[in-house]
Amino acid sequence: MKYTYLKDVVTLQMDQSKCNGCGMCLDVCPQQVFTLTDHISAITDRDACMECGACARNCPQQAVSVRPGVGCAYGILMDKLNIKGKCCGDTCGCSLDNIPDS
Amino acid sequence: MNSKQIKLPMIDDHQTAVCGLGEQAAVTFGDAAGANWVTGQLETVVGPIYQVSTELDYHDRAGSAKTRCGIGRMNYAIPPALYAIGKPDKTSPVLVSANYKLSFDLLRRELTGLDLWVLVIDTKGINVWCAAGKGQFGTAELARMVVCTRLPEIVSDRTLILPQLAAPGVSAHEARRQCGFKIVYGPVRAADIPAFLGADCKVEPSMRQTHFTLRDRLILAPVELVATIKPLIGLTAFFFLLNLMAMLFGRNPVSPNLLPGQTFSDLIPFLIAVLVGVVLVPALLPYIPGRALAWKGWVLGMFWALCFSLFAASNAGWLQSAAYFLIIPAITAFLGMNFTGATTYTSLSGVTKEMGIALPLIIVSASLGLITLITAYFV
Ligand code: SF4
Ligand code: SF4
Repeated sequence: MKYTYLKDVVTLQMDQSKCNGCGMCLDVCPQQVFTLTDHISAITDRDACMECGACARNCPQQAVSVRPGVGCAYGILMDKLNIKGKCCGDTCGCSLDNIPDS
Repeated sequence: MNSKQIKLPMIDDHQTAVCGLGEQAAVTFGDAAGANWVTGQLETVVGPIYQVSTELDYHDRAGSAKTRCGIGRMNYAIPPALYAIGKPDKTSPVLVSANYKLSFDLLRRELTGLDLWVLVIDTKGINVWCAAGKGQFGTAELARMVVCTRLPEIVSDRTLILPQLAAPGVSAHEARRQCGFKIVYGPVRAADIPAFLGADCKVEPSMRQTHFTLRDRLILAPVELVATIKPLIGLTAFFFLLNLMAMLFGRNPVSPNLLPGQTFSDLIPFLIAVLVGVVLVPALLPYIPGRALAWKGWVLGMFWALCFSLFAASNAGWLQSAAYFLIIPAITAFLGMNFTGATTYTSLSGVTKEMGIALPLIIVSASLGLITLITAYFV
């Protein structure tokens, strides 16, 4: 099943006029946010976006933009308190070891 | 082809290897020597390459168990290099992986019976997803390792298969420009790799989706529990002092030999609150109503506070009950919010918004609760 987080918060944007229909954004998105219809990609499940940035980085046409980041409360807190290098540390849960991702 | 062999520094010291782009050099051999997962060597045009076992042994399992409990998580790296699974040749596929030992273990145990290359790049001992998000698993590092390992001389096909979850860090078109290899994003899960290779590198839509199963949600619980030990020690000291003060100055003095027992029984609702936040919230995540994780935590905390007040502390005064309802949901809401970092679907914008609302409420609720609780001991 696909989990969806909060409504209407993500920074994902697409300029469909730039899209060449290569389908790369569909390939890289772990949340199935895009759909390809008639050789043009569209954002069809925006709220599912987790702002990983994969689509924007891999779109050869720069048609997609998003402010990438990690949705980790601990990381954001450490950032705010200006404690560096604490994320992905010994006690951080943000390392997704649970995804057998190779 | 006389190659200059250079030794990569030990991985644990987090230095970058000295092999620059364009430099003709082979990555050493010597680093992984003696590692329990190396089974032999394969002669290639650029020298010997380590062959890697596809079975995990006792050492691998013990190492995983330790890292899962938060011991030495940051030092669990393997040397970045090209490795062989089985007996690959010029036409065999090349998989790319992070040099975090757990990532590497999860990958190789799925490759039994296959012949292929595994290019392990230097992600500073961080797993694929985190390293891609933070830039260690990036386009430049990938291109650097292709050159370092002299991969173009070893394989004839110009394709690299990357884990899909590396995509936030790697730009496929940019990588192709830098190292001449086409990037293909493979399945999310290593278990699907044999099927993916068998299907001519076609990825089924089901292989593209991250799963977040019960097991996935609970696997980080031990690490999170270890992280709560320090605050719990503080809480124990707090209750001990509170009972001591109540004994000395309070209305209902207890005798000193009851002090440890009283401290422990005062702790119980909060100990269980921690378990609710760290274990129950992740376990029941999809079934708790609402979207924000702090909210989900708060809901279960309220539920526990209610159960506790009704069935275990029904004779507690109203002040004490109020304190439970203020503190317990605050604890579980905080732990729920903390779980955002372990999920596969929360966004930075979303978590920032959630924290902006939840954190002040949690702080206010917990502070009021503490004041109420302390008051309850003396009136
Ligand atoms: S990656 Fe870019 S160009 Fe390709 S389909 Fe997606 S939006 Fe269009
Ligand atoms: S940022 Fe990530 S989750 Fe969001 S649409 Fe792009 S690839 Fe999908």
